[in-house]
Amino acid sequence: MTTAKVNEAGQKIKMTARDVKVFYGSNQAIHGVDMDIVENEVIAFIGPSGCGKSTFLRCLNRMNDTIDSCRVTGEIALDGQDIYAPSLDVVQLRAQVGMVFQKPNPFPKSIYENIAYGPKLHGLASKKSDLDDVVESSLRRAGLWDEVKDRLNQPGTGLSGGQQQRLCIARTIAVSPEVILMDEPCSALDPIATSIIEELITELKQNFTIVIVTHNMQQAARVSDRTAFFHLGNLIEIGGTNDVFTNPTQKRTEDYITGRYG
Amino acid sequence: MKTVQTSASSTYSASPVQQQVVRSLKKRHRQEKLFRFAGMTAVGISLLLVALLFINIFSKGLPAFWQHGIELEIHFDPAVVKISEQPVLQAGESPQAFEQRHLAWRSEVGMVNFNRLIQDALLKVIPDGAQHRRDLARIVTSGERFALRDRVIANPAIIGQTQKLFLLTDANIDVWLKGNIDRSLPDEKQQLSPKMREWVESLKAEGVIQNRFSWALFMNPDSRSSLASAGLAGAFMGSLYMMLIVILLSVPMGVAAAIYLEEFAPKNKFTDLVEVNINNLAAVPSIVFGLLGASIFIGWFNLPMSAPFVGGLVLSLMTLPTVIIATRSTLKAIPPSIRQAALGLGASKTQAVFHHVLPLAIPGILTGAIIGVAQALGESAPLLLIGMKSFVASVPSSAMEQSTALPVQIYLWQGNELRNFFEARTSAAIIVLLGLMLTLNGLAIWLRRRFEVRW
Repeated sequence: MTTAKVNEAGQKIKMTARDVKVFYGSNQAIHGVDMDIVENEVIAFIGPSGCGKSTFLRCLNRMNDTIDSCRVTGEIALDGQDIYAPSLDVVQLRAQVGMVFQKPNPFPKSIYENIAYGPKLHGLASKKSDLDDVVESSLRRAGLWDEVKDRLNQPGTGLSGGQQQRLCIARTIAVSPEVILMDEPCSALDPIATSIIEELITELKQNFTIVIVTHNMQQAARVSDRTAFFHLGNLIEIGGTNDVFTNPTQKRTEDYITGRYG
Repeated sequence: MKTVQTSASSTYSASPVQQQVVRSLKKRHRQEKLFRFAGMTAVGISLLLVALLFINIFSKGLPAFWQHGIELEIHFDPAVVKISEQPVLQAGESPQAFEQRHLAWRSEVGMVNFNRLIQDALLKVIPDGAQHRRDLARIVTSGERFALRDRVIANPAIIGQTQKLFLLTDANIDVWLKGNIDRSLPDEKQQLSPKMREWVESLKAEGVIQNRFSWALFMNPDSRSSLASAGLAGAFMGSLYMMLIVILLSVPMGVAAAIYLEEFAPKNKFTDLVEVNINNLAAVPSIVFGLLGASIFIGWFNLPMSAPFVGGLVLSLMTLPTVIIATRSTLKAIPPSIRQAALGLGASKTQAVFHHVLPLAIPGILTGAIIGVAQALGESAPLLLIGMKSFVASVPSSAMEQSTALPVQIYLWQGNELRNFFEARTSAAIIVLLGLMLTLNGLAIWLRRRFEVRW
């Protein structure tokens, strides 16, 4: 186990992926991806539908384990520790690497219960007052507190789509993860709700490492520090967002960004 | 509304394509009308049939909830009821010894000629009864003497007193007074002698014989010697015990099996095989489960015949696939996003299932379970094979005692020789069974509403 790896620019590396291949049965979905994810950065995965960006994202907290036919090879490490090691408990991993899904999926319970579930699960708050604090601070950080503070006992499913997604983000940060994976978090939202979430992502960057999958290239350009372009299960290009969008090194990246396909 | 659109579009549809569309629209609307008509006809016919069924059952069965009886001044004559003192528990006596003495006393009471008391009381309302002793003895149904016996056992102090009691008349009298016997038949074809008919008519007119709500139907077990007092209590209790066993066995087992198969079991050839077999079991004719129960529970485990316990086991086997299939389809319908949300927060698979999936599935599981139990309640074929069609003249006090069940009781009464009395009784039993079923289904709907989570 090694700690505090740094890249050539001197940034601390949070997660590394080496030669990651993913198979669904006999179908190969990812063909050997190498990637370093830097601490407290926002990294965006872009690419056409079916390019494997979501599949790769789901490898990072082993959500692919839930699919029986899915097999992952290669090495993925969090802080230098192999997350596919047999000794690693997937429950602990998912507490460290949280996830926000494409469609807002609050539990059909009260807003309070939605946030409190994770901390209760991991025993992070023993007293009711501690739990109240966690709920409030999580909702505040997700920018939702003022909108819901008077109706914490109402069902989370009664909120608007954008509010539901922020509730899901609040629920994720309530367990204090180190990395947050976001799988197209704004694809089901209107432009206003999307811009609120984008602002939120920029704020959360200070405390969390954020990996976001998006179909929306403007969104990637707005929120991310670095961008990775996937195509047909390959990582084609990865670099600073500005570089990738204005000066791509690969022809396929350029074609995609200029709207030639995708 | 659609026809308006058709005519409107036809006015400004110049292009040949549009004309083609308009032509095809006519055909499509005709097909739609035809289909709607066919659907409404089907619904109408089924409603009509259900209405006919209910009208038939209720018109036949409702009169059986009231039954004729005769109000008599029964004098518990000490000269007839000659019995020793009721034993009391003496100091230092063992309970067994006391029970022995009490049993002896009870059989002594049983030897008393209670028919005599009834006939004495009848003579007071039928002045010329003494000349027709044979007819007189047939007025009150024979089982009522046990009602008098039980009164004496319950309270020996009534000896010497006179009590006004309502005793059920013979089944034939009930049928006669309800007008279900053709009165134009000649005497030799009548069940009741001319003298009895005369008595009964005048007693009815005087208000001594009355048509009252029949508690006997609910409180008494089946009877063959005293048909008028035959009731459903034994069958009802038998069915109740079986339902308890079915609920206790098939619901937890079925739900647990379904949760495991749906949420935890690896998807491989073996679980596929299990799944196919569960679906097959649900389609197995119920009588086969009866054979299985007879050979395994009675043949191998030597459990008693005709016992509700065995019946419950057999019905549990039959209900299990229904519960499993209903639970699995409910679990399947829970959106996977809920499971992912829980897993993404670091819940283990078991926690995700028990904290989030199961609470959402409860309404569906309850509905499936109750429908399965209701199905078991109405089942008779497997019970016939484990001996539950035998005639049992007592109310079972435990699940291991001999008993019958409501649907089997219906079958037994249906075959009784005294057709014109038991036809109504059978329909009444069907009403009771249907009532139980409706209660169960109502419970299912209520529970579903109660636990339903709004999204």
